[in-house]
Amino acid sequence: MSAAFVRMETLPPRAAPFAATGLWGWFARRLFATPADIAMTIIGFAAFVLVAMPLFRFLVFDAIWTGKDRDACLNAAGACWPFVAAKLNQFVYGFYPYEELWRPNLVFFVGALLLIPLLIPSAPFKRFNAFLFFGIYPVAGFVLLTGGNLDPQRFLLGRFVRIPEFIDLSAIARFIGVSGHVELGSRGGFRGTFWIDFIASAILLTGAVAIIARLFGTRFVTSLKAMAIVFVSLALIIAPVDADFGLRWVETREWGGLLVTLVVAITGIVAALPIGVLLALGRRSQMRLVRWTSIVFIEFWRGVPLITVLFFATYMLPLFLPGGASIERLVRALIGVALFSGAYMAEVVRGGLAAVPKHQYESAAALGLGYWKTMGLIVLPQALTHVIPGIVNNFIGLFKDTTLVQIVAILDLLGQVRSAFSDPNWSSPTTLYTGFAFAGMIYFVFCFAMSRYSLFLEHRAGSNALRVEGAMR
Amino acid sequence: MTDPAMSSDVVAVEMTGVNKWFGAFHVLRDIDLTVARKERIVICGPSGSGKSTLIRCINRLEEHQSGRIVVDGIELTSDLRSIDAVRADAGMVFQQFNLFPHLSVLENCTLAQIWVRGRPKAEAEEVAMKFLTRVRIPEQANKYPAQLSGGQQQRVAIARALCMNPKIMLFDEPTSALDPEMIKEVLDTIRSLADDGMTMLIVTHEMGFARQVADRIIFMDEGQIIEANRPEEFFSNPRHERTKRFLSQILP
Repeated sequence: MSAAFVRMETLPPRAAPFAATGLWGWFARRLFATPADIAMTIIGFAAFVLVAMPLFRFLVFDAIWTGKDRDACLNAAGACWPFVAAKLNQFVYGFYPYEELWRPNLVFFVGALLLIPLLIPSAPFKRFNAFLFFGIYPVAGFVLLTGGNLDPQRFLLGRFVRIPEFIDLSAIARFIGVSGHVELGSRGGFRGTFWIDFIASAILLTGAVAIIARLFGTRFVTSLKAMAIVFVSLALIIAPVDADFGLRWVETREWGGLLVTLVVAITGIVAALPIGVLLALGRRSQMRLVRWTSIVFIEFWRGVPLITVLFFATYMLPLFLPGGASIERLVRALIGVALFSGAYMAEVVRGGLAAVPKHQYESAAALGLGYWKTMGLIVLPQALTHVIPGIVNNFIGLFKDTTLVQIVAILDLLGQVRSAFSDPNWSSPTTLYTGFAFAGMIYFVFCFAMSRYSLFLEHRAGSNALRVEGAMR
Repeated sequence: MTDPAMSSDVVAVEMTGVNKWFGAFHVLRDIDLTVARKERIVICGPSGSGKSTLIRCINRLEEHQSGRIVVDGIELTSDLRSIDAVRADAGMVFQQFNLFPHLSVLENCTLAQIWVRGRPKAEAEEVAMKFLTRVRIPEQANKYPAQLSGGQQQRVAIARALCMNPKIMLFDEPTSALDPEMIKEVLDTIRSLADDGMTMLIVTHEMGFARQVADRIIFMDEGQIIEANRPEEFFSNPRHERTKRFLSQILP
C-alpha cells in the first residue's frame, strides 16, 4: 500500500465470535476462564451447598408445620412453625387489645398505601402524597394507635411546669410540652379552657417575637406571618389529639412486636434526615456560634452509645425534670433515637455537601439566589444524590438498632419473640431457633427491601452522575 | 478614563480606587473604570493579571477591600439586599458553564425567574423558550446539561442569564473551555447580543472577536489597568511597553 489511502466504502458490521455470546460464552468467561477461576467456582459451589442445604432442611424439610402445642415439636429436628403461628399476633402487635387490632392494621395499611406511590418516582401527585404522609399520617396514626383525647391542659401546664393558667410566661416550656411531654390517659373530650389559653399565649408570644425581630430589622408582617404559621400548625396538630373520637385508650405499655419496631424505626428515619441536613449545614456555616453548636451536638451524640442514651432517657431524665413531670417512655425512646440518628446522618450529608463543587454555589449566587434557596434548590438536591448509599446504609443500621429499646423494657419484634420463649406450652428443642429464624427473616425482608430501593435510586441517579461529569467537562 | 460629562443614568458600572487582596497578594490595584450603558468592553491580559477577579467584583462574587463599586446606581457594600439586587441585574457567564446538572435545560432557565423574580411558572417557561430560541437551541429544552456539547451548554448558560433580563452581562472567559469547533457558535451568540445594545464586560483571549465587538479594550497586568483604548488604536498603535510585548506574543 502506498502512503496515501482513501477508504472507498464503509465496512459492514459482522457478528461477534460464538464464544463471546450466549450461555456457553457466559460460562466460559465468568466461571471457567482460568484454572484459578475453575478452582474458585468449585470451592464456591461447595460452600454454598454446605451452608444452604442444612438451612433449607431445617427451615423446610425437617420442619413441623402443624400442631396445637409443644407436643407436636418435641421430637422435631427442624423448625417448629406452629409456635410462630400461635404467637403471630403477639409478634406483630405485642399485647395490643385483640378487639382493637383493626387500629394498628388500619395504620399499617394506610401507611403502605401512602408510602408505595411516594417511592415510585413516576407516580403522580407527589407533593400532595408527601403532605399526606409527612403531615397528616403521623397525627392520624398517633390518634388511632393511642386513642387520642389527651388533656393538653393537664400535661402542658398543670403537670409539666405548674404555673397558673392565663399567666403564661413560659410558652417555650409549653412548646417542649407539646412535642415531648405526652402525659397520656386523661379523658374528657374537647377542652375550652386550654384553647382560650392557647390563643391568648399565641397572641402574646407573636407580639413579643415581632417586636424583638423588628429590633433586628425584620419587618412586622414577616414575623407575624411566620408566627401565625407556627401556631396554626401547632393548633392543627393538637386539635385532633385533643378531640374525643370515642376510641378506647391503649397505653404504649401494651404495644409491642413489629408495631413498635416500625414506629421507632420510621420515626427515627423520618426525623433523621431533616435533623441531619440542618446539622450538616450548621457545621459548614460561616457563623461561629451555629458552627460550634452543631459540632458539639454532633460529636456528643456520636460519642455516646445508643444504649446509654436510651438508659439515660428512661431512668435518669425523670430525676432531673420538675416534680411530677414525666415524658411517656416510648416518646422518650423515640426522641433519643431521632437525635442519635440525626447526628449520624449529619456527617453523611456533610460528605455530600463537600462533593458539590464551589462553582455551583457561585452560579446560584450570580443569579441572585440567597442562602436557603441556593441550598434547597441547587446544593442539597445534588449533595443528597451523591450520598444515597450512605443515607440508606444509616437507615438500615437504624432499623436494626431499634432492638436496643429492649434495654428500657420496650418489647420490639425481637424482644417479643424472646419473651415468647418463656411460654412453657411451647418449650421444645427447636423453639428458640425457630423464633430467631423468624425474626431474622422479618428483619431481612425490610432491610433487603431498603437496600434494593437504594440501588434503584442510585441507578436512576446514575444518569445524574453522567450529567455532573458532563457539566464540568 | 472617566468622562466627567457622563451623568448617572448613562453609567452602568463605576469603579473608583478599587483594591483587593487575596491574603497578602495584592490582586487588584487602584482600579478606576467607568462603563457606559450599551458599552462593550473587552478585558485582556496574561493569566494571573486580575481580569477575572475584576469582573467578579462587579457582582460581588469577590469582595473588594477598598474603593467604591457602583452598579446601576447601587453601591456594593456588605448589605445583603444591595448585593442581591445587583446580582439579579447582572447576568454572568462562566468559563466552565456552571449549569445545574440536576435540572433540565428549561429548568435551569426558569429556576431563578421563579424564585428570585417571582414569575409564575408558565410565564417563566415562555421567557425561557424565547431566549433558548434566541441562542438557537429551543429543541434541547428538555435535555439535561450533560447531554449537550460544550458549545450548547455555554449557549444555555447565556440564555439562563438573559432570562433574568439583566442590565449588564459579565462574561468570564466564555470560550476558554471549548473545543475550537464550538467557539464560533458561542461568539456569534455574544456578538448578536452586542448588536442589540447590551452592556457587556467580556474577559477573553479571542483577539479577533475583541477587535470586532469591543467599544473599548482594557489591557491588565499585575492587577492594574495598563492601557485602555478603542480596538483599532489598541491593536495598531499600542503605547505601553507591556502591551506591545503581550500583543507581539499572541498575534501572528
